[in-house]
Amino acid sequence: MSVRESGTLIIGLGNEYRRDDGVGLVVAQRLKAAAPEHARVLEEGGEGVALMESWKDADAVILIDAVHCGAKPGTLHRFDAHTQPVSTEFFHCSTHTFSVAEAIELARALGRLPRRLIVYGVEGKTFEAGPGLSPEVEKAAQEVVERVLGDLRCDLPLAQS
Amino acid sequence: MKSRTIKVDYLARVEGEGALYVKIRNNRVTDVKFKIWEPPRLFEAFLRGRNYSEAPDITARICGICPIAYQMSAAQAMEDAFGVAVAGQLRALRRLIYCGEWIESHALHVYLLHAPDFLGYEDAIQMAKDHAEIVQQGLQLKKVGNELMAFLGGREVHPINLRVGGFYKVPTKRELAPFIEKLKWAWDAALETVRWTATLPFPDFEQDYEFVALRHPDEYAITEGRLVSNKGLDIAVREYDDHFAEEHVPYTNALHSGLKERGAYLVGPLARYNVNFDKLSPLAQQAARDAGLGPVCRNPFKSIIVRSVEILYACDEALRIIDEYETPEKPAVEVQPRAATAYGCTEAPRGSLYHRYRVDDQGVILDAKIVAPTSQNQKSVESDLWQLVPKYMDLPPEELTWRCEQAVRNYDPCISCATQFLKLHIERE
Repeated sequence: MSVRESGTLIIGLGNEYRRDDGVGLVVAQRLKAAAPEHARVLEEGGEGVALMESWKDADAVILIDAVHCGAKPGTLHRFDAHTQPVSTEFFHCSTHTFSVAEAIELARALGRLPRRLIVYGVEGKTFEAGPGLSPEVEKAAQEVVERVLGDLRCDLPLAQS
Repeated sequence: MKSRTIKVDYLARVEGEGALYVKIRNNRVTDVKFKIWEPPRLFEAFLRGRNYSEAPDITARICGICPIAYQMSAAQAMEDAFGVAVAGQLRALRRLIYCGEWIESHALHVYLLHAPDFLGYEDAIQMAKDHAEIVQQGLQLKKVGNELMAFLGGREVHPINLRVGGFYKVPTKRELAPFIEKLKWAWDAALETVRWTATLPFPDFEQDYEFVALRHPDEYAITEGRLVSNKGLDIAVREYDDHFAEEHVPYTNALHSGLKERGAYLVGPLARYNVNFDKLSPLAQQAARDAGLGPVCRNPFKSIIVRSVEILYACDEALRIIDEYETPEKPAVEVQPRAATAYGCTEAPRGSLYHRYRVDDQGVILDAKIVAPTSQNQKSVESDLWQLVPKYMDLPPEELTWRCEQAVRNYDPCISCATQFLKLHIERE
């Protein structure tokens, strides 16, 4: 089964008032206008339990979030959650006890991972209070939009995972 | 001189950023510091110059887990100042959404944050590998609470439907009906939770706490009552500042709160249970007794059972409120501001949450004071560790550290939603 048949859920995560932490939300907002009909787009704060709940009926999920792991600002990371564990260090910007990485790993332990789960992480430059992305992350945001649209066009066959 | 240093940099499973420091010299504890690193959040300053009607929405931002507690303490403070009573079904609806918050907050702590301590798992993820059904049950319980909050509050994080005087929009009885089945399921799950938590291994540890909680003549107090303790305190909320004082302690960014006469005290589920056991529903009382708890419980580790009893009570109470619900004529009571000092206190999941505002005749806030449960419990957290560490001094370092972390988590500390770790540092000389 391909995502075109099942529909893909795109979830952008973050806090728009903490500068680059909002990149997932910015990408989600742009995808709402640009994504094909079979894709649903959600914006979430990043609380892990809520995240597990929002993807529970989806076969294919694409998550977009800011990360902070020491790479060059704007660096784009892409994971397939089925082929590698997601480090809790990676998404430590979450404002909650239960982060994105923990939600993914808890879902894996419970056998509740979506059949396909792609995670895009954009290396942030600044997470200070206030709105607006840094120029590096703004540039990366547009790249993520195009990469996700590419994923949707080529259907992300489930067999890949 | 025997010296040993135990260091743990990150203690997970608490809300916010803090650290713990225990110093041991010649097998004696010589220092305990529960440090809150979190930068000051300045909410009390933000509130100055804002309209009284903004207080519930501004203060809700303090916590993503218990926004209802902040909204309710703020709204009721203003109503008290302006001489308005929110009664009948509007009051019942407030209690209902508060039950939702207790269910979601307590389920999160019992299942995902605290239970792994008792079962020897690093976190809920590891625990889920062996106990998937239990973790699933916890997630499902939490969801019922979240759904109730989202439905009545407009959304689950920082709800938008509560205001001074009541609500912006109230539900019909028909709209509430779908929650009956969900809450019945949650009731059963909560009863199982009480039974299950009672089987966990508990350290033999008791403290002679002063338990402080709201007490109400007709109900297990959530939204109103007098502040009462097991050691003779019995005051109206507006007398709070006469009896409690906050002091700045150099190593922490949260003010330490104490009783002026007696110092450390404890708020939260364990305090409520001890002060108000007789006001729990008969079913909740029976479940507690069956779990081996009497009307008095002084073992802080058993707070996990007490939280479960409170989840059960909240389900029971929510079902009762829905059963008796009739749509009120108006979603809110009219409010006319006047110059006054406003006092409010409600029982947040983690304990009494006190708000005080000075408001001018136009309803503009002149100053504000907010005392959160975790700041009130800091002295008790430290006092527990002073007593606990000597008892377990002979444990291997890792196990002693584990025990200390578990003791901190007994309080479900909510240092804030801004960050997510607590550093633990035990130093031995």
